[in-house]
Amino acid sequence: MTVGFIMLCHEALDRAAQVASHWADRGCPLVIHVDKRVSAARFERFRTALARHDNIVFSSRVACEWGTWSLVSATLRAADVMLDRFPEAKHVFMVSGTCLPLRSVADLKTYLADRPDTSFIESVTTADVSWTKGGLDSERFTLRFPFSWKRQRRLFDAYVRLQRRMGVQRRIPYGIRPHMGSQWWCLSRRALKAILEDPRRGEFERYFRRVWIPDESYFQTLVRLHPGRVESRSLTLSKFDFQGKPHIFYDDHLQLLRRSDCFVARKIWPQANRLYDTFLTDRPASATLSEPNPGKIDRIFTKATERRVRGRAGLYMASRFPPKDYESGRTCARYTVFEGFGDLFHDFPGWLQRATGVRAHGHLFAPERAEFTDDQRSYAGALSDSASLRDYNPRAFLTNLIWNTRGDRQAFLFGPRDNQRIAEFIAYDSNAEILIITGCWAVPLFKSDAPFSEVRREAARLQKIEAAHVDLLRDPHVKARVRVWSMADFVESPLEPLQSIAEETGVWQSRKLTEAPRMVDLTGFGQFLQNLKNEGMNPYMMGDFSSGDGPELEQPEIRKPYIVR
Amino acid sequence: MSILDAYKRGARRRRLYLRAIRKRRELECVRDRTQAIKTRDILVVTVLRDEIKRLPFFLKYYRDLGIRHFLMVDNGSTDGSCEYLAEQPDVSLWSTGASYRRARFGVDWVNWLARRYGLGKWILTVDVDEFFIYPFCDTRPIRALTDWLDAAEIRSFGAMMLDMYPKGAMTDVVYQPGQDPLEICSWFDAGNYMISRNWDYASLWIQGGPRARKFFAETPYRAPALNKVPLVKWGRGNVFVSSTHMLLPRGLNLVFDDRGGEKACGCLLHVKFLDAFLEKSQAEVARAEHYRGAAEYRAYADALRDDPDLWCKWSEKYINWRQLEILGLMSKGNWA
Repeated sequence: MTVGFIMLCHEALDRAAQVASHWADRGCPLVIHVDKRVSAARFERFRTALARHDNIVFSSRVACEWGTWSLVSATLRAADVMLDRFPEAKHVFMVSGTCLPLRSVADLKTYLADRPDTSFIESVTTADVSWTKGGLDSERFTLRFPFSWKRQRRLFDAYVRLQRRMGVQRRIPYGIRPHMGSQWWCLSRRALKAILEDPRRGEFERYFRRVWIPDESYFQTLVRLHPGRVESRSLTLSKFDFQGKPHIFYDDHLQLLRRSDCFVARKIWPQANRLYDTFLTDRPASATLSEPNPGKIDRIFTKATERRVRGRAGLYMASRFPPKDYESGRTCARYTVFEGFGDLFHDFPGWLQRATGVRAHGHLFAPERAEFTDDQRSYAGALSDSASLRDYNPRAFLTNLIWNTRGDRQAFLFGPRDNQRIAEFIAYDSNAEILIITGCWAVPLFKSDAPFSEVRREAARLQKIEAAHVDLLRDPHVKARVRVWSMADFVESPLEPLQSIAEETGVWQSRKLTEAPRMVDLTGFGQFLQNLKNEGMNPYMMGDFSSGDGPELEQPEIRKPYIVR
Repeated sequence: MSILDAYKRGARRRRLYLRAIRKRRELECVRDRTQAIKTRDILVVTVLRDEIKRLPFFLKYYRDLGIRHFLMVDNGSTDGSCEYLAEQPDVSLWSTGASYRRARFGVDWVNWLARRYGLGKWILTVDVDEFFIYPFCDTRPIRALTDWLDAAEIRSFGAMMLDMYPKGAMTDVVYQPGQDPLEICSWFDAGNYMISRNWDYASLWIQGGPRARKFFAETPYRAPALNKVPLVKWGRGNVFVSSTHMLLPRGLNLVFDDRGGEKACGCLLHVKFLDAFLEKSQAEVARAEHYRGAAEYRAYADALRDDPDLWCKWSEKYINWRQLEILGLMSKGNWA
């Protein structure tokens, strides 16, 4: 009792010969099909290399093309020979020339001998498959595919479209329910024999000839018609990437492959000498027969596909550059923009950093330079504080900063004096949180010694910029979380919003404030606004301040927490 | 309009193609070992001048990656580079005294050699100070990469140029022939690259790194481009347009994904800033054979005289390709 192999070879014939010898030497008969497109000379060389084995037989050759009936036809020819010539083969294992056995032949024989009437073939109804590429799943069985997908792509697509439009449907032969799955199966002799000797084989062949990729559905469908246990999984470890191309194994996968406990892996890079050397030497049969466990390899390949399709959010690099409207999160992590706070409080970033643990910068987009935290001249990722570099591509500056500081929450000040080109990008970034106290830009003007006419001009300019900015943030499509206070409202009761800000932006959970930021002295601010009005300007962004001698402001004060002993 | 643009690009490609054929006359063959090239070999194409100190390690590095043949153009070296290369068993060597600038900074010669000897092959175009890094380059030879690209039907492979620099003044450590220059220049900028799109060529335009930070902070638009497509499966009619930054037909420039995914890509470690750099930049300013009348070199020479250190507190020390992948400077894409 043994297992027979059907091997389909297209390329890397020297490696195929090596693997075939390995199995033949250990008492497994093989029927090898070599693609007819392989030159006669190479085929002869291959045949002579294997001539010493009397349990290797070559089946008649057909030219194989991916996705067409030729592959099934080649398999059927080889299977006929297998059943005919090697009655001792109780299971028939379908492999390709680039497969590699990962476990000893003895292991495989014992495993199969324990399950004599079980066929290992992935076989899933079309409604339930998730792996088909290009939207063709159930249509594989109801349309006709006379054109080659590889060579005549346009004709192929056009014909599919035409059939869809005309509503053509092929009739599926009575009694069969289309199933699909990996073409690398291992059938019990009884199941294979039943398929090959089915009286309706001619009818099925005629039907499957025009099915798309029949090697993934012919045996998978027909095995369900006959008695015998079907284990819907493949004994061959074979993963496909997002384009439907098989993943390739290299020398550095050695440990992974060894630990996977799978019987056969596909596909191996022909130059992976270490893999071939390791797995083609005899290893002692395992004491306990473990089940194949490809989980870890699966995860690696799933992650690879994920990376190729989704990528790392917020990363802009040489091979990933989504347009700005493509991603919901334009940056990679959450950050907070404070507007007005820097003008209203002394050293607001310093307070924020102490109170919440976030990294708080000054005005990153200030016209003079990027004011990084702690007054640094450069920051994470060697970002320069040069204003001209930053303004050359402000979007890159911000996305770089957030990417470079992953895991460290960032906050910075912003205001109407700063470069406004970044404002729109931030507004539509779902990672941004924007907190604004409007009108605070007037505070530094109020404190400045500049001539009043200049102050008045500057006030008008800043108010216009801020009004436009607030307008932008009122757009219903804005993705940032925005909170707006007018200055008058905020100074009336600053503690409550400060507490909630500290709680929301803080990296420390539910911390009570122990220190409040020190507010600028606003005595006379109301009069200052009145002066602006008297000069014909209308300062409205800061809300309503009485024109007397300034609002009655209290310095925010933290009540000492009660200490309970 | 787009049809007109396409036509102009096509005309440009044909012009560059014919120009490359014409410029072949400037190349005089010193050693022709191209008979030894096998069908599936990957070829390195390099133009150089006075690089005798760097050549031993350069050749070793690429031989270790699995390169079996080098096509090299010596542009009037006087330090023995030509003689040294002529002795190497796997180098085919041409020499020319013609103007580097008028060969569009050597690109015409590269285009010709790639067309003549590289049709249907993978061509890796690098300078002597560029070291190609790709995912898994420590465990898989470059042939594994090109086989995978072939299987995935990808024709070109992108790599961002990563400027490497030493800590301290460049003249502090003297580079010895055969030494790994990354031992000296082991620092780089991890995250200050600025990317925009070049719609005309369907490519990205990347600037940044220490050169932008140090030499071009006031004139950022003049900072050198860092996007490169060094590894190309050469088809008839391919041409490099401007250094190895861009190619025509422009489909070859699509080495990035613009729908959120990451394509596999590598890095070119650019080890320009060794001890001889200052000397060399002064010489290049005098020679004026480089891009924009060697304005770049003038900027270097000026800036470095005052403050020779490119290193800053946030510089990152190079470890391996996995580090670059984590930092987001390169990607494995779906190659696993």
